[in-house]
Amino acid sequence: MGNSNRAILISVFFGLIGLILIIRLFFLQVIDPSYKYFADSNTQRKITEYPSRGLIYDRNGNLLVSNQAVYDVMIIPREVKPFDTLDLCKALNITKSELDALFSELKKNIRNKKASTFKPNVFFKQLSAEQYGVFQEKLHKFSGFYVQRRTLRKYEYHNAPHVLGYVGEVGEAQLKNDKYYSLGDYTGISGIEYTYENYLRGFKGAKFVMVDVHGREKGALRGGRLDTTAISGKDLTLTLDIDLQAYGEYLMQNKIGSIVAIEPATGEILSMVSSPGYDPALLVGRERSDNFPILSTDSLSPLLNRAIMSGYPPGSTFKTIMALIGLQEGVLKETTRYACNMGYHARGISVGCHSHTSPLDLVGSIANSCNAYYCNVFRSVLDNPAVGTPQQGLDKWKEYLTNFGFGNRLGSDFFNENRGSIPGSSYYDKLYKGCWSSLTVISLSIGQGEILTTPIQMANMTAAIANKGHYFTPHVLKAVENDTIPSRFKTSHDTHIDSIHFNPVIKGMEGAVWSDYGATARIARIPGIRICGKTGTAQNPHGEDHSIFVAFAPKENPQIAIAVYVENCGFGGTYAAPIASLMIEKYLNKEIHPSRQWLESRMAEENLINETE
Amino acid sequence: MRQNKPTISTIDWVSVTLYLLLILFGWFNLYAANTSPDTTEFFDTGKEYFKQLVWIVIAFLSIGVILLSDSKFFVEFAYIFYGISLFMLLLVLLFGVEVNGAKSWFQIGSTRFQPVEMAKVASTLAIARVMSRFEFSIYKTRDLIKLGLIWFLPFAIIILQNDTGSALVFTAFFILFFREGMSPYVILFGFIAIIVFILTLVTTNFFIHLALAVSFLLFVFFKAGRKEALTALLIALGLFGTSHLALRYGFKHTNLNLPLFIAMAGASLHLAFQAYIKRLSIIWVYLMMFWGSVVFAYSTDYFYEKILNDYQRTRIMVLFGLKDDPLGAGYNVNQSKIAIGSGGFSGKGYLQGTQTKFDFVPEQSTDFIYCTVGEEWGFLGTSMVIILFLILLIRLIVLAERQHSDFSRIYGYGVIGIFFFHFAVNIGMTIGLAPVIGIPLPFFSYGGSSLWGFSMLLFIFLKLDTNRGELIR
Repeated sequence: MGNSNRAILISVFFGLIGLILIIRLFFLQVIDPSYKYFADSNTQRKITEYPSRGLIYDRNGNLLVSNQAVYDVMIIPREVKPFDTLDLCKALNITKSELDALFSELKKNIRNKKASTFKPNVFFKQLSAEQYGVFQEKLHKFSGFYVQRRTLRKYEYHNAPHVLGYVGEVGEAQLKNDKYYSLGDYTGISGIEYTYENYLRGFKGAKFVMVDVHGREKGALRGGRLDTTAISGKDLTLTLDIDLQAYGEYLMQNKIGSIVAIEPATGEILSMVSSPGYDPALLVGRERSDNFPILSTDSLSPLLNRAIMSGYPPGSTFKTIMALIGLQEGVLKETTRYACNMGYHARGISVGCHSHTSPLDLVGSIANSCNAYYCNVFRSVLDNPAVGTPQQGLDKWKEYLTNFGFGNRLGSDFFNENRGSIPGSSYYDKLYKGCWSSLTVISLSIGQGEILTTPIQMANMTAAIANKGHYFTPHVLKAVENDTIPSRFKTSHDTHIDSIHFNPVIKGMEGAVWSDYGATARIARIPGIRICGKTGTAQNPHGEDHSIFVAFAPKENPQIAIAVYVENCGFGGTYAAPIASLMIEKYLNKEIHPSRQWLESRMAEENLINETE
Repeated sequence: MRQNKPTISTIDWVSVTLYLLLILFGWFNLYAANTSPDTTEFFDTGKEYFKQLVWIVIAFLSIGVILLSDSKFFVEFAYIFYGISLFMLLLVLLFGVEVNGAKSWFQIGSTRFQPVEMAKVASTLAIARVMSRFEFSIYKTRDLIKLGLIWFLPFAIIILQNDTGSALVFTAFFILFFREGMSPYVILFGFIAIIVFILTLVTTNFFIHLALAVSFLLFVFFKAGRKEALTALLIALGLFGTSHLALRYGFKHTNLNLPLFIAMAGASLHLAFQAYIKRLSIIWVYLMMFWGSVVFAYSTDYFYEKILNDYQRTRIMVLFGLKDDPLGAGYNVNQSKIAIGSGGFSGKGYLQGTQTKFDFVPEQSTDFIYCTVGEEWGFLGTSMVIILFLILLIRLIVLAERQHSDFSRIYGYGVIGIFFFHFAVNIGMTIGLAPVIGIPLPFFSYGGSSLWGFSMLLFIFLKLDTNRGELIR
């Protein structure tokens, strides 16, 4: 084959391909009628089908959060024809000036390229179901408008706002990062609505319809072959007991503080109260824009989830864990006695104590909450010759606390957990320029000083004591529809303290409630339930001390571990212990014993907020 | 002898006119695709048509530089250009930004540049340079390896950038190789390879091997020797039956692939022996082709399942009509066909299109700009664009054939191949005749680097053409 023949061959080949293209185009553009529909300048419209968000249940199957339908009025500006504006005002139940504001907003958005004249834009958000009926009847008068169904959250209970969180429109960053969202979509902003957004949101569907020049739907595009149906979000079951949660919020009304109750055997959070709270229904739909600024500027920070975000010094409740560390390190025995002469006095440093019998053994020291005893225990841990320097001793001590989940996020369902803080030797080396001893940091021994823990961490510690040495990450997600919960909620964490050492500590906690002499929390006695607890007082440099109580019950086979914080009310026995005991009684007995009902009403009626102001 | 006539009088004005017509028509369509009733200002510097205008000016300036330079320059610097563009391709692989999954762009401020466009020009020059060397022969192993390397290096790097579409453009050089004497069998094998590839998608390896074996035996039967073919068939059947039974009852192995393989191997050995003693050399060729195809079928299967990603697999399946995916890979094509089809015979009129304006067609100003032509200018417009391109291509073939120097001719055919590939595949993909591989339509699609690249390709050739009477070395 000659090469010039090949040039001809190539030319013929090109011509042939060109011919094929032209023939195909002729069929597509001239012969085939199936695209002719569009030749009359008709267009198709994509209608997004929004899935309903997953429902949320409590541990007993009570429905906590469901959905309600609302209707967004959409507008395609270039399809709008002149219409009676007053009629539209009536149909939407708004005033003329409000309508003008909506239109000027739309014009501004079009100028800023946020809205388009030929695509649907949200014109009026969240028309109620009743108003929707009125509007729908008049819709034919307003060309260029149509209605899009959306769902909002509906709260069946007015409790647990911090756990549930709330839903709002997606922000710019999320729009950019996740292709799933488009402007105006809803997404979980806080709480489990945020954490489990991917379970709850479901999948949007799309319906393609043909629309004529008047914007009227003319049936499904290509027989609905392109349509996708929306898939509802997955339902969640929480570990919360909504009755206990509501009861906790009732007891904490007019007080600042929080409650965390955990089932020790599983780490399931039975109740998580942060007070003051708010009604979750306040942050739904149109009302949110009014209510959110009020809540977020409130000086008592009702939006703050104190249970996971507030760090306090643990106070005397920490004596339990101090005792455990001493026992495990071998520097303390159950029979060890230390004298207490109204406190601990050494080389010019004094830690005061209240009046009680002396000397006490380990069990008595917890029951009576003896400060001097734990100053001795702490120093023996830090100055343990088997470990080395006080620096190494302190780090050993910190390691134990870390094993209990202190100083780090526990990894619960909430992204905004506070880590708390446990100081190590490097901290004090910096602070005291390397010149410090166990006596310098002695206040750590009674849970004061540079140590911060959150209520959830304290509840978790109590659960670990109740379990005699291990705990499960506290969590509120119990089950996901057709899915599994994260494995981190199913793994047991070991505190590396032998279970035998827990017996005297538990006995001491039992004594704190039940012993005949010096029981610091005798008010927590519940008829028929062997409750073990420990009071605490967190020093507050800004005002009155915070009252703390940690407890679990029953002593054998514990069902509930709890930490209660009441701010600005002094000693742990006064408020925190009664509230904790009422919570435990409510959970285990479902009702309050008649002999204790006076306590219930006194706690609920106490107003500690106005007193401080 | 150097002619000293000015370039302006010797340049091929037919091609220049066609170029200007295409650029102009292309820009008008880009303007249409980018305006909507929302737009009021023309001098919106953020708009694509405005940026394209800037690029057109840049392209014209570059053309001026080319026309003022010496043709020898392109020969001398061919390898240097090639080296620089390879370096740029590697650089973009490391530091480039990703657009639509392909890491093939440099970004400086808001301006993006695709070095692959430069690589096309440089590779064409380098291929022309190596092939126009004195005594170059495609049948010399040394030369073939050299040529193959020059062709393969940019191809491989572009594949690594995940810019499959641009890499496939390099297959356009086979038009050049064909013109320069490559055996037509290579192209035939190419077709066989494509058919085998499609077969691997729709059926199992067993049936492909069986089909290959049967056609191979038929070839032997009709072309080489009936007796050999029949004995081979008998041997194959016997081996297949016994090995199948043996495997089934001996090893509980019921898969038929292994017995077929044993049968094919046995029959092949028999035929090889026959070919050896009877000196039937044609059987050797068939045997090699046959086993080549078998290996190819295996490797494509592996390539398809293990190397291609989901997105590419879907594209291929949709292309061959094996999968209906109107919202995924098929969505673009579907919307594009609606837009083009809705144009009818004479179109909706300039700036009157609705489908292409209102974002129904994705990538409407880049890969799918042809939709705007189809919708607003109708069949008259679309066929006119095709005819303009065909005239340009044929004209370029005429120019290439009249070159005195090999370098100019070979380079010309490289340009022709690249233009043809872009033209045929881009238009083909908008009307569902070619896979959506995301390559631009020359002079029409939005994109500065491609517009600049195509202008360079064309005008370097037109510059060489001004010295057509000379031997450029």
